[in-house]
Amino acid sequence: MSRVSTSICILLVLGIAIGMAALNLGTDAGSAAHVSTYWISLVGKYLCFAILALALDLVWGFAGILSLGHAAFFALGGYAMGMYLMRQIGTRGVYGNAILPDFMVFLNYKELPWFWHGFDNPAFAILMAMLVPAVLALIFGFFAFRSRVTGVYLSIITQALTFALLLAFFRNDMGFGGNNGLTDFKDMFGYSLQSDATRSGLLVASAIFLVLCLLVARYVVTSRFGQVLIAVRDTESRTRFLGYRPESYKLFVFVLSAIMAGIGGALYVPQVGIINPGEFAPAGSIEAVIWVAVGGRGTLVGAILGAILVNAGKTYLTGAFPEIWLFALGALFILVTLLLPQGVLGLLQSMRGAKS
Amino acid sequence: MAASCSTSTRPSFARWLRGTALAVATTALTLGAFAPAQAADTIKVGILHSLSGTMAISETTLKDVMLMLIEQQNKKGGLLGKKLEAVVVDPASNWPLFAEKAKELINVDHVAAVFGCWTSVSRKSVLPVFKETNNILFYPVQYEGEESEKNVFYTGAAPNQQAIPAVDYLMSKDGGSVKRWVLAGTDYVYPRTTNKILEAYLKAKGVAADDIMINYTPFGHSDWQNIVADIKKFGSAGKKTAVVSTINGDANVPFYKELGNQGIKATDIPVVAFSVGEEELAGIDTKPLVGHLAAWNYFESVKSPINTAFINEWHEFTKKPKRTTNDPMEAAYIGFNMWIKAVQKAGTTDQTKVIDAMIGVAVPNLTGGLSTMMPNHHITKPVLIGEVKADGQFNVVWSTPGTVVANEWSPYLEGSKDLIADWRAPMSCGNFNVKSGKCGGSASN
Amino acid sequence: MTALRHILAVLLLALALISAPAFEARADDDAADPFAGLTSQSFDDVAQALTALAVSGNKQAGPTVTALQNEALFVTPDMALLIKTDDSYVNARTGEKVADVNEDDLSPVRVNNAVRAAIEAAKGGLDLVSTDVAARAHAAEQLFASHDAAALPLLATALIAEKDAGVRAIMLQAQAAALLSSDTGTEAEQLAAIATLRARGDIESKALLGSLHDKSPAVAAAAAAAISSLNQLEQIWGVAQGVFYGVSLGSVLLLAAAGLAITFGVMGVINMAHGEMVMLGAYTTYTVQSVIASVAPQWAGLSILLSVPLAFLVSGLVGVLIERCMIRFLYGRPLETLLATWGLSLVLQQAIRSIFGSSNRDVLTPAWMAGATRLGGLTITYNRLYIIIFAVIVIAALMAVLRYTALGLRMRAVTQNRRMAAAMGIRTPWIDALTFGLGSGVAGMAGVALSQIDNVSPNLGQSYIIDSFMVVVFGGVGNLWGTVVSAMTLGIVNKFLEPFAGAVLGKIVVLVALILFIQRKPRGMFPLKGRAVEQ
Repeated sequence: MSRVSTSICILLVLGIAIGMAALNLGTDAGSAAHVSTYWISLVGKYLCFAILALALDLVWGFAGILSLGHAAFFALGGYAMGMYLMRQIGTRGVYGNAILPDFMVFLNYKELPWFWHGFDNPAFAILMAMLVPAVLALIFGFFAFRSRVTGVYLSIITQALTFALLLAFFRNDMGFGGNNGLTDFKDMFGYSLQSDATRSGLLVASAIFLVLCLLVARYVVTSRFGQVLIAVRDTESRTRFLGYRPESYKLFVFVLSAIMAGIGGALYVPQVGIINPGEFAPAGSIEAVIWVAVGGRGTLVGAILGAILVNAGKTYLTGAFPEIWLFALGALFILVTLLLPQGVLGLLQSMRGAKS
Repeated sequence: MAASCSTSTRPSFARWLRGTALAVATTALTLGAFAPAQAADTIKVGILHSLSGTMAISETTLKDVMLMLIEQQNKKGGLLGKKLEAVVVDPASNWPLFAEKAKELINVDHVAAVFGCWTSVSRKSVLPVFKETNNILFYPVQYEGEESEKNVFYTGAAPNQQAIPAVDYLMSKDGGSVKRWVLAGTDYVYPRTTNKILEAYLKAKGVAADDIMINYTPFGHSDWQNIVADIKKFGSAGKKTAVVSTINGDANVPFYKELGNQGIKATDIPVVAFSVGEEELAGIDTKPLVGHLAAWNYFESVKSPINTAFINEWHEFTKKPKRTTNDPMEAAYIGFNMWIKAVQKAGTTDQTKVIDAMIGVAVPNLTGGLSTMMPNHHITKPVLIGEVKADGQFNVVWSTPGTVVANEWSPYLEGSKDLIADWRAPMSCGNFNVKSGKCGGSASN
Repeated sequence: MTALRHILAVLLLALALISAPAFEARADDDAADPFAGLTSQSFDDVAQALTALAVSGNKQAGPTVTALQNEALFVTPDMALLIKTDDSYVNARTGEKVADVNEDDLSPVRVNNAVRAAIEAAKGGLDLVSTDVAARAHAAEQLFASHDAAALPLLATALIAEKDAGVRAIMLQAQAAALLSSDTGTEAEQLAAIATLRARGDIESKALLGSLHDKSPAVAAAAAAAISSLNQLEQIWGVAQGVFYGVSLGSVLLLAAAGLAITFGVMGVINMAHGEMVMLGAYTTYTVQSVIASVAPQWAGLSILLSVPLAFLVSGLVGVLIERCMIRFLYGRPLETLLATWGLSLVLQQAIRSIFGSSNRDVLTPAWMAGATRLGGLTITYNRLYIIIFAVIVIAALMAVLRYTALGLRMRAVTQNRRMAAAMGIRTPWIDALTFGLGSGVAGMAGVALSQIDNVSPNLGQSYIIDSFMVVVFGGVGNLWGTVVSAMTLGIVNKFLEPFAGAVLGKIVVLVALILFIQRKPRGMFPLKGRAVEQ
């Protein structure tokens, strides 16, 4: 069953992304089959959220680590990419300063802060988009898992982590643009971010990375390693008594998950055109948990489905019912939890089961 | 009840599931759902204000006023023989969502212009969208300046239309001959920039560095005990002291409550605020705050026939006879009327033509004068300084004799003192460097 | 400064009035029109005219000043001054009724801070010889603030008559301040004055002592010694003040977290809608205030007291409803309650936004909760003090309920061993509902307190939810004492960090410290022991 749904998911994700890109680039703007760039970046954004949800499901669904701060890794990846994109602006900023981004010019920075060096190199930026979340996850996880912080305590301190980062990035003195964050990007790897081709390329790239993450995650959870992980999730102490070291297993999967989230963030930023501290908001992390729950926890594919469904719902509702959409979204969360404990994927599977 | 709800939600799940599976088909479907059949007969106007989340407190009002203005325009016969149609979306105080919703308004709903945004970050977020699609944004809130874009019309105040006149007033005899200054703000770009400008300005006026105290607090800061005590201490050095507050939205109520409780009266240490208007005061018990000041370009208490009419229409439209009006509402009003006039002048809603037609358009503002759209895409405005009254309104104690032209690039900031903006041909540039004689900001290129 | 000079002028002339009744007659004969300046467009002219008018002895001065204070003074085009009364207009100069007033022609006499200060001075100037003790004390304080040598004879006269010890002390301080800021007085008198100011020891005294460098060496040395001793005192008081700020912040955190300590700590429900229960309490306060304002305005000052039980009931009932309709289906799935209650919090926020609108509502601060008092070197604001007291009462009551009532006994029984409790005949479902209701009700009461210091807006709850969870987790889930200690620790640490690190960095440091602390003690400061922990 799981293998089937994974295959279907991979085919759908790649098929839709490539299909949309083809319809965007290959048809005229006037024709009925044309897909506008609005939909391209919108779906691209959903796929990035899906990567985050997948990363979260990996730790929550299979290692029992309910991280309420996973958006922090996503945002850090996003900032790394944002810093690269910022450096690419060069003299096209409003002050025309070749080195300093605009916000540094009007805050009277004389030179680039040390941590901004190297980000003009795309390879370095991409590396950092994965490395920074990984290092943070490694340090945080090392201490937390070694001290056997579990359950709600772990959830709350992950929330404290993202909240602290939120406050830190809000500070203008940090050198990350404060509340405004990083924005007004021009191009990426030499391609204009405004062009349809780049957008379609980013969509397809998001789809490919999502599929890769899904395959990696699936490989991890179906391996022997994954079996131990599930044992840790279900009864950590018993697993420990059997001679395993749960903290190592958890740490590995936590770092892997952070890297995935970082990749998601790095792909997200060029498509939405802004990264700012709001991405660190604890509410964002809680929402990511909800995507996973709506789709179906511990299924990987469900996380992807959930992220896309909830965000598509949000897009639709904020446009169609701007005054009351929160009622609908709130009610959706309540009803899904009450009526669909296995998430939407569980519902689909039970419907299929009922038919056959 | 739960059962009936679940049956009504499931179909929408199914719809969205199909939607993602057959994205292309859904595009058409959703387009159909979004756009009524008579789409061609109306001119659509986008309204991009947060109706939920932290900014809903401020922005909901602007959505309402836009709906009122559109309704009134339709009663007057619409525009170019067509009715206007408002398209309201909720970007939910989420900055990336602002960009997404702006794209939706422009690409899916094909709006002729968008009225929206409040925070600078939301404007920065949608800016690339407007540039790329060559649409028009009307931005109705006072802001830090340092920007002039072809596709944006700024109808709120730039720092020289608000902050500097306020400081001038306080330095005057009528304002209490203030010699010592506390610049208190929330830590984000508007206070940072405004305070940088004010610091340079005050120093240019001979205020010593020791007589300026700068303090930044996080968003939503709610425990002001130490900071208010520090202000009190700073103000007891024997020189008349005033606080210039660029504290944002939510943090204001606890700040003013703490001021009142620690007994800081306006006659001792007046606080002049740039982000506190009638709407914000409606959430505070104003009796202890009488005499504290605000600088704006409009106050509800301004006596003019046009303002009285506007307030009456507002009460009628909202069916709330006590609902206040405020400065950003006036900015929205001016922006909307300017757009109407420019469209009429251009004879089309085609954005390129309307953008050209906008410059020079003059419409009445609510204080009884005329505001004109200047080549820098900012408008001329009068500057008013008001003192808080016990009923939550402002008593105007000072105003500029005429209107003031916006300095979009502040002469008091190092990076921008050589820049000007002029969107008329042949210059058509938002950051022209007068030293290098070139468009593009820097003097060196 | 100008305002203080006005006070002085008023005082001097007031004194003259008392000592020389003939003055009144002379003032009546004054050829100049004391009202003329009031019609000016310049605030400064109005302020000066007001001061002159107040001491002119004119019978209409009082009513005119009062009218100006109430913004009921108007100018006609022909420069007549009219006072608006309930139903008609009165000529300010003569006190006679004026018929046929065209309201469109009237323009109000404008008031700004400078004029307001002059009004206060005019009304308060006579107070140094008032029969009211508080008024005399206030006038003396004003003189202390002005420390003008011209006031010395006046103070000397007033001191002879003054019987009240408290007022005398202030008058003496004012005398000392005036003496030091002028060149009058012998060295001995100046030294005595320094001692007086040193005893007073507030910021203003210190500022004054700091300006005495150019006096004689002995005086300057005494002033320097006084300042250094005051600085030492100030540091000690500064610590105490910091503790007060910290305890006050801690009480706010405690109130916000107390309800969560029940719903989350005792029941294990990760209640993300907890903040919205607080918000409901705040909106209940607003509603009660509005109703009382329209039904019985004379009781407005007490509406906040009535709000406390009502907020408890409203939030508590909503809590019971939530438990019955939602949470009871989710026991055993604790993390899923997180999702459902998150959805609920969105719904509640939007519901409040739809009903009350998205802007802030103003909850009035009753007079007895406004202002501040000085306790030695401490400034204690009343609203903070009452919140501390309120927090103590709420926590004490909560502990009493849990420990001494039948309901509390059953609650503890159910949370410790549900099946055993059920076997003993306890209706566990109802106990669950009541426990959740109790936690929510406490959150509602917190809302009443928070309405006094924070925004009453649909976002109110959101700004406290994270802090509340931190407090409960830091203290140790399931332990009310832990919550108390944790809230106070976080409050005090936060407030002591703030002056050094700034508000933002201070908070970041606290959060990081919290994360590190949880590594050391993974179950908070006061963990529950026993097998129940593993579940």
